[in-house]
Amino acid sequence: MAKAIDFLTRTRGHGKLHWTDWFTYAYLLFGILLMFGPVVWLVMSSFKTDAELDRFPPRFLPYAAQTVELEGYSKPLPLYKVVSGELAGETVAQVRRIGLTSQVVRLDAPDQIVKIGLKDREPIERISIATENYTNLFSKFDFLRFFWNSTFITVVATVIMLIVNSMAAFALAKYKFSGRAAVMAMVIGVLMIPQTVVLVPLFIVTKELGMLDSLWGVIVPGAATPTGIFLLRQYMLTIPDEILDAARMDKASEWKIYWRIVLPLSAPAIAVLAILAIMWRWNDFLWPLIALSRSDNFTLQLALNSFQGEMTTQWSSLLAMTVLTLLPVALVFAFLQKYIATGIASTGGK
Amino acid sequence: MADLRLKNVTKSYGAVEVIKGVDLEVAHGEFCVFVGPSGCGKSTLLKMISGLESITSGDLYIGDDQVNEVAAAERGLAMVFQSYALYPHMNVRQNLSFGLENLKTPKPVIEEKINAAAKMLQIDELMDRRPRDLSGGQRQRVAIGRAVVREPRIFLFDEPLSNLDAELRVDMRSEIAQLHRQLGNTMIYVTHDQVEAMTMADKIAVLRSGLVEQYGKPLDLFNDPANIFVAGFIGSPKMNFIQGELQGNRLLLKNGESIELPEARFHLKDGAKVTLGIRPNDIAPGSDATHGLNANIKSVEQLGGDSYIYAVSDMGDNITVHRPGQVNVSVGDKLLLEVDVDTTHLFDTETGLTLRKNRTGNTSEASAQ
Amino acid sequence: MIRIVSFFMDLIDIPMRHAQRYLRGHSIAWVFLFPNLVLFGLFAFLPILLNVAYAFTGTDNIMLWDRTYVAGENFAALTACSNYLDANSCELDLFWRSVHNTLLFIVLQVGIMVGVSLVTALILNRRIRARGFFRSVFFFPVLLSPVVVALIWKWILQRNGLMNAGLEQLGLERVVWMLDRNWAFAWSVFLSVWAHMGFYTLILLAGLQAIPRDVYDAATMDAAKPFRTFYRITLPLLMPTMLVVMVLALIKGVQTFDEVYAFTGGGPGSATTLIIQYIYETGFAGAPRLFGLASAASIILALVLAALTFLQLKFTRRNADG
Repeated sequence: MAKAIDFLTRTRGHGKLHWTDWFTYAYLLFGILLMFGPVVWLVMSSFKTDAELDRFPPRFLPYAAQTVELEGYSKPLPLYKVVSGELAGETVAQVRRIGLTSQVVRLDAPDQIVKIGLKDREPIERISIATENYTNLFSKFDFLRFFWNSTFITVVATVIMLIVNSMAAFALAKYKFSGRAAVMAMVIGVLMIPQTVVLVPLFIVTKELGMLDSLWGVIVPGAATPTGIFLLRQYMLTIPDEILDAARMDKASEWKIYWRIVLPLSAPAIAVLAILAIMWRWNDFLWPLIALSRSDNFTLQLALNSFQGEMTTQWSSLLAMTVLTLLPVALVFAFLQKYIATGIASTGGK
Repeated sequence: MADLRLKNVTKSYGAVEVIKGVDLEVAHGEFCVFVGPSGCGKSTLLKMISGLESITSGDLYIGDDQVNEVAAAERGLAMVFQSYALYPHMNVRQNLSFGLENLKTPKPVIEEKINAAAKMLQIDELMDRRPRDLSGGQRQRVAIGRAVVREPRIFLFDEPLSNLDAELRVDMRSEIAQLHRQLGNTMIYVTHDQVEAMTMADKIAVLRSGLVEQYGKPLDLFNDPANIFVAGFIGSPKMNFIQGELQGNRLLLKNGESIELPEARFHLKDGAKVTLGIRPNDIAPGSDATHGLNANIKSVEQLGGDSYIYAVSDMGDNITVHRPGQVNVSVGDKLLLEVDVDTTHLFDTETGLTLRKNRTGNTSEASAQ
Repeated sequence: MIRIVSFFMDLIDIPMRHAQRYLRGHSIAWVFLFPNLVLFGLFAFLPILLNVAYAFTGTDNIMLWDRTYVAGENFAALTACSNYLDANSCELDLFWRSVHNTLLFIVLQVGIMVGVSLVTALILNRRIRARGFFRSVFFFPVLLSPVVVALIWKWILQRNGLMNAGLEQLGLERVVWMLDRNWAFAWSVFLSVWAHMGFYTLILLAGLQAIPRDVYDAATMDAAKPFRTFYRITLPLLMPTMLVVMVLALIKGVQTFDEVYAFTGGGPGSATTLIIQYIYETGFAGAPRLFGLASAASIILALVLAALTFLQLKFTRRNADG
């Protein structure tokens, strides 16, 4: 531990810690708590039983009452330790609770009911993970369906976007045709018109194309992005024209130059754009909210949002579902952290 | 039969004309070098031949066919680029085979051709490496190999040695020359280095601002330059130029000195403004004042086997003197430089054209090509 | 897999070769641009035109030809106010409430966001251990979906949640956060700063790291004190990046919808209804669907955004120029 503190507080320059160094590490520690804390709390909570979720003040670890199956009772009974009264020190099972008294039975005599005060007993608990929160998602809710919808939209939209945008970027980066400046201006124009300001006509165009309330209605309207064109074009500009000329001398057609030379050489930029596209699509909310109305077609985000209304009290399922929704993003982040940071920094977001 | 013919070929970008009408013939098996200062249009001309740049007007023939509209890939040429332009994501073998695959060559044939080329260029050890793992010289070889496997009618080289260090450049120079002897193909080679041009070429085309100033064998260009530009460009160190007026068969210099030329070969009026061109080899410290001019020595380079004297004449002209062996002069000396008048060149100062010897009539007209 | 893609691409190559033969030189570019331009045309340019058409027509018919021309009526309705500062005096009070909410929201959100991001970036730019790790700590929430962000905080702020437990621990009263207008608004701002600050921190950090070390060394040689160095060197040199960050934050702030909608649903009442939510509810969620009104509001928003984006491009370009 001392070593860890030493490691963390060691400055690279001077030996002694200035007060600003203390402030720095205090800030960073607070940052970890504030940024990761809520997510950790969410994950922890998602493993709690409904009873535990209702408990105030809440506890960090998921506890559950220990239960026992006794002859003559259909349900498992919760176990209590009696702390005062004549049964003090014994372990009993509670049959039911009426007002301030609790009807309990001894484990060795399940048919003899004893009444004790609520204050005379303490529940026996152990850490237990309520996996049923998760299994319920699959049995009671159509979680897999939403998951599939989200995945389908994300994958197909990303693939279409990569192809369409890389083709356009290639044309804008590597050909000197009349009208190029006009097309670039158009791309900037589209950059100035986010989806949010053309919701009504977008809805109507999508409806007229017969794609409303289908997954394609979410995929196609956003399939071409100006950001993607800018990002890929910028990268393709760095590929020397001589390589393309060499390929032309090698009798490669223009299409072949695109997909055998330029596309493989743009792999780093394509990877960055792919990650961004996956995130945008997976997290997309407003347009799917408008375009999809049957719950069969809902994405995970829509399902989450609509269930929080339906299940205000049923936090257990909602929390588990939230965790499963953020899981793919967390995994992508864990493995591709570096790409994401550079990618987002280079595009300035969406 | 000519392998390549250009007939009044031009190229413009909008209103800017970069190639202003070039006529040129390259015979089969010739090694032809385009040389000129940067911006003279030599690379553009090469790209027009390759098909990578379109031709604005004029005709380009390869063999008997007019190929103006034929796409680059269909012209049966191969090109070695200045930056090599190897495909960075393919290994050497894939780099070599890409073009053949595009031609739908059968696999075994590709294999055979690649192996032969690799052996010839000594890159067979490197076949599985990526371009970034190769040295400059190795990349150069792969780039040449990529052209060789295509078995093109004509090889095009766009300043292929400019990215190499001096030593490697000399090696590759002789290798390319050897390759030419071995394959016997026509080769067109662009460079800005006149030494490369002189050592490698069968024929040299000297270009300046979109025009061919002179086209001929290297030594013809050296011995009989068409104009002052070619005379100054070809040969190292550069030719010395001294301006003056013609007075009979004497060249009158501004400060009153004069140099006597062998005989009245130039049928020009007295007072005509001319420029005398003297190769550094054709001038030396001496004593004969009739063919000499006075100069101050600015610096001396003694290389042991050769000596260079850099002097300034009384009129301010820089004069370079090259002598074999060693010389006994030092900086600051004033001395008489004697010109070997039989080997000098004379140019019309205004037009820059060579005034040719032993002609009758209007001799100021010289043929540029 | 590669073989299948390869085959597919070769298949495309056949018509492309023909196109190449007919389209001389660089005109082949249009073939590559075609799919993208179709998508842009259908889903960006056509909608802009339609947006104008809808804004100037009335009735709740969806098809344009069933609609009647109403000139500037929709705009007039939106701007009919006796006092623009008091939403209750307006004909469409909800619109003005959402405008006021949005304005207050972006003032608070952008201000806090830039401040917090700057401090964080400055701290991450110090000589600290594991900078990469800490950078991703602050960046992590950027990747979370708005709905997930909303639910995470809703869970913490619920009546029996962690926040109230903390308050009791400190001997304070529990608060029902989501039912209090001011608290709901404040937490909405907080949540959106929490979710997005990592992004701006990243940009500012890049800006800080672009300031050459020599400049600081020179300042040290000139015996500048740390705070003076900050005000006279760091801040001026970082200003271009700050401007970009501010405008970007404004552009995104104006368009805030997802996380706040999932968090509060616009409530309590209309306390956290922002402009996009107004457009959404007017055009899609309510009955009748008032497309004209929604379009008119969209156009007003679009003009604001276009101006902001123009600024952003200008600042970015100036940055790139040096």
